[in-house]
Amino acid sequence: MVPDRAAVADPAGTGAQAPLKTPGPGTAPPRSRKRAGGTGTRLALMAVPAVFFGVFFGYPVVSIVLRGLREDGRWQLGRAAAVLSDPRVLDVLWFTGWQALASTALTLAAALPGSYVFARFAFPGKQVLRAVVVVPFVLPTVVAGSAFLALLGRGGMLDELWGLRLDTSVWAILLAHVFFNYAVVVRTVGGLWAQLDPRQEEAARVLGASRFAAWRRVTLPALAPALAAAALMVFLFTFTSFGVVQILGGPRYATLEVEIYRQTAQLLELPTAAVLTLLQFAAVAAVLGVHAWTVRRRESTLRLVEPAHTARRPRGAGQWALLWSNVALIALLILLPLGVLVERSLDGPGGYGLTFYRALGSTGGGTFSVAPLEAVGNSLAYAAVATVIALVVGGLAATALTRRAGRLVRGFDALLMLPLGTSAVTVGFGFLIALDEPPLNLRSSWFLVPLAQALVGVPFVVRTMLPVLRAVDARLREAAAVLGASPLRAWREVDLPLVRRAVLVAAGFAFAVSLGEFGATVFIARADNPTLPVAVARLLGRAGELTYGQAMALSTILMLVCAVALLTLERLRTDRSGEF
Amino acid sequence: MAPSDPPSGPPSDPPSGLAAGPARAASASSAGAGPAAPGSATARPGGALLRLEGVTVRFGGHAALDAVDLEVREHETVCVLGPSGSGKSTLLRVVAGLQPVDAGRVLLSGRDQSGVPAHRRGLGLMFQDHQLFPQRDVAGNVGFGLRMHKVSRAATERRVGDLLELVGLPGAGRRAVGSLSGGEQQRVALARALAPEPRLLMLDEPLGQLDRTLRERLVVELRRLFQRLGTTVLAVTHDQGEAFALADRVVVMRDGRIAQTGTPLEVWCRPASEFVARFLGFENVVPATVHGGTAGTAWGKVPVPAGAPAGACRLLVRPTGVRLVRPLDGLRCTVTARTFRGDHVTLLLAPVDGPPLEAACALRDAPETGAEVGVVFDADDVVVLADGG
Repeated sequence: MVPDRAAVADPAGTGAQAPLKTPGPGTAPPRSRKRAGGTGTRLALMAVPAVFFGVFFGYPVVSIVLRGLREDGRWQLGRAAAVLSDPRVLDVLWFTGWQALASTALTLAAALPGSYVFARFAFPGKQVLRAVVVVPFVLPTVVAGSAFLALLGRGGMLDELWGLRLDTSVWAILLAHVFFNYAVVVRTVGGLWAQLDPRQEEAARVLGASRFAAWRRVTLPALAPALAAAALMVFLFTFTSFGVVQILGGPRYATLEVEIYRQTAQLLELPTAAVLTLLQFAAVAAVLGVHAWTVRRRESTLRLVEPAHTARRPRGAGQWALLWSNVALIALLILLPLGVLVERSLDGPGGYGLTFYRALGSTGGGTFSVAPLEAVGNSLAYAAVATVIALVVGGLAATALTRRAGRLVRGFDALLMLPLGTSAVTVGFGFLIALDEPPLNLRSSWFLVPLAQALVGVPFVVRTMLPVLRAVDARLREAAAVLGASPLRAWREVDLPLVRRAVLVAAGFAFAVSLGEFGATVFIARADNPTLPVAVARLLGRAGELTYGQAMALSTILMLVCAVALLTLERLRTDRSGEF
Repeated sequence: MAPSDPPSGPPSDPPSGLAAGPARAASASSAGAGPAAPGSATARPGGALLRLEGVTVRFGGHAALDAVDLEVREHETVCVLGPSGSGKSTLLRVVAGLQPVDAGRVLLSGRDQSGVPAHRRGLGLMFQDHQLFPQRDVAGNVGFGLRMHKVSRAATERRVGDLLELVGLPGAGRRAVGSLSGGEQQRVALARALAPEPRLLMLDEPLGQLDRTLRERLVVELRRLFQRLGTTVLAVTHDQGEAFALADRVVVMRDGRIAQTGTPLEVWCRPASEFVARFLGFENVVPATVHGGTAGTAWGKVPVPAGAPAGACRLLVRPTGVRLVRPLDGLRCTVTARTFRGDHVTLLLAPVDGPPLEAACALRDAPETGAEVGVVFDADDVVVLADGG
């Protein structure tokens, strides 16, 4: 499923929560061995997420893959082989791989200096800039696509100014990917960097290392796991990229995900789509495997310090130049596309105005079954329901996973991440063909959309809450137990207050991700109840200046909704008064 | 015990333990409660509040507790003393119900506690690093146990106020726990553990993280407080000074087993084994053979207290029992180091024969490093230890 930004849920690594735990020397209690009661509770907690994933993920995906690979009760493996040796499929696979690698390399190159700047410099407006950087992170892919279309596409800003069009080249896709994932690197790497004790580097300097040698020998090794994790996440996102490529790729460029969509929705070639789904799944599983490995390495302990203490004002022309060049990069890469998007949405036939926004309120003379503006209400309602589902399912799962022990638990953890490796298009289509008969006939139900969106939200909720829950010192719960609190009460009294903020953050991101979910929703949203991204895509799919302007206007609205959600989050995130 | 039933102290307790504190203390002292006579306060048969029978806990192949038997009587303060890794903390966790046992039983007031979860045992446990709830203020921490036992809000407030006064933090209820110093946190943790009137209060390295002066003051305060409240206390520590100052009875542990039990005075004067002696900081231990009133050792003949059984044993000579004389009048030694201890000087001596010796001597008489001295031994400061251990 389109991972969108889901796996980044652990942006600063588990270390971000380190202040919660202050283990003294030799204070670690002996790990209590498994208790029958604990295991039972854990199984009960896992039941809901397991059933949810089984019914709404496993069942639809397996159904559609089976339908593609079996015919008349027989496996059609010859066809799979034929698909895999089709030169066009190989082309798609090749393109998917190299554009993901190129996007990852470009993102790292662009964002690493930024990570340093955010980690080590204190400067006025840092909070605002940090928030700006994260805006694309929660933007729906469709909005990013339209923003870059407005900047680089036909009739876009560069086209008008210099006659330059990049929407037919791969550069538009690569730039949009960097736009998207800049924050992934800054958050993951910069977050850790800010917590590395500068005195470690100073110790190396005192021992005779040059500035660069100290960085390379001390800081880089400490950052390496975060760096690897960030790179893998970016690779994963861009490998399964759908909305961006769908909008900017034109007929020439397609990732596996886009090709699956084309085979399923346009050509109705289910067998090909099924093979491609499995192919993508295998590729992503391999990448996730590497990721899991680096995460385990990352858990090797680093000495972390409070980020507020490691940043200081830039000194000297060189540092100021570094700061300003990064600000300029952020302006060009992030603010410019978003600005152009807003500008286009206002640039009507009769000069600047709200023409396109007004047009959103009508059905466009029967072009649409409902006015595009109604998508706003739909989207908000769907996303709200999806958020609740994701919080319940993800919260239960995270609670069950809090104590890390046992193969069962690790397997469960992996299961929760599975949707990230699965084509969203497949999930959406699977919903349609698998959940259409009793006892689960949801085909015409509105409930299908939030269910699909929640699937993307759950890994996110788990990744956000788990580090915090794990950072809660088990002896706090024991202290509560000795004072007379039952296990449930202890959870409510000790864990819940500590993770309340994480729950809110998880909720905000789950909301934003649900709002932007496109790959699955595009299948299951009913024509008379489109979500915002689906409505934007529909508008972009039609020719005409009015629909183009409307798409820009609707994208702007979607961006604003996401930005508001994000800014609320940022407030929660930085308001650290008292609670921790 | 039903959850609604607050774990009040011994059955004879009036509802408000604090108010009753002085009265109880009075009755205890009338029974002759002093450091030397702890057991006499409990004349009743079966007065053991806590009883461990053959408790064994294994982590992997390693036995953290190995068939431990232990009794704590009502109103008694017992200190478990041992090096880190000796199983002290595990012992407390077993009693609290936080650690399941592999064998043996834990009885509280004669009732088997297997299957009773931690929150139903009605005990108090003060964690080594306090484990105050960071998201609650001081009053929220102290009142936590009372809330768990559904004590009314007004009563909780009153009692929290009383307790904060008791531990010397009056009016600190609204403060954030993060703003407290180590000593203050320790007091809050103590108040929190005392609040639900546990029948047994357990302390895990209660003063371990505090600086020396604070520690010495708090030991005295704690002892006085426990006597006044009549609290039954089981504490663990690796610090012998803390244990001796706090306890009516000391239990020395080694590798999950109990090495010695006794009053602080008994343990200090008559360590049961070489391990206990060395753990208490004594270095002058040698293999010896007792014959008549003396023992043959690597240091030559050493006088032993009257009545020492003949045969092979280990011998402990306290540093105070190593007397310096002129080189020709005793065992010849060279002074290899001298350490200033404030009221005396510890000398490290290299005898012509046998292992190094530690001697304590007065400031004025201390010889310089490198000086040649003679040594004789004082039978009063010689202890015959069991062989081997």
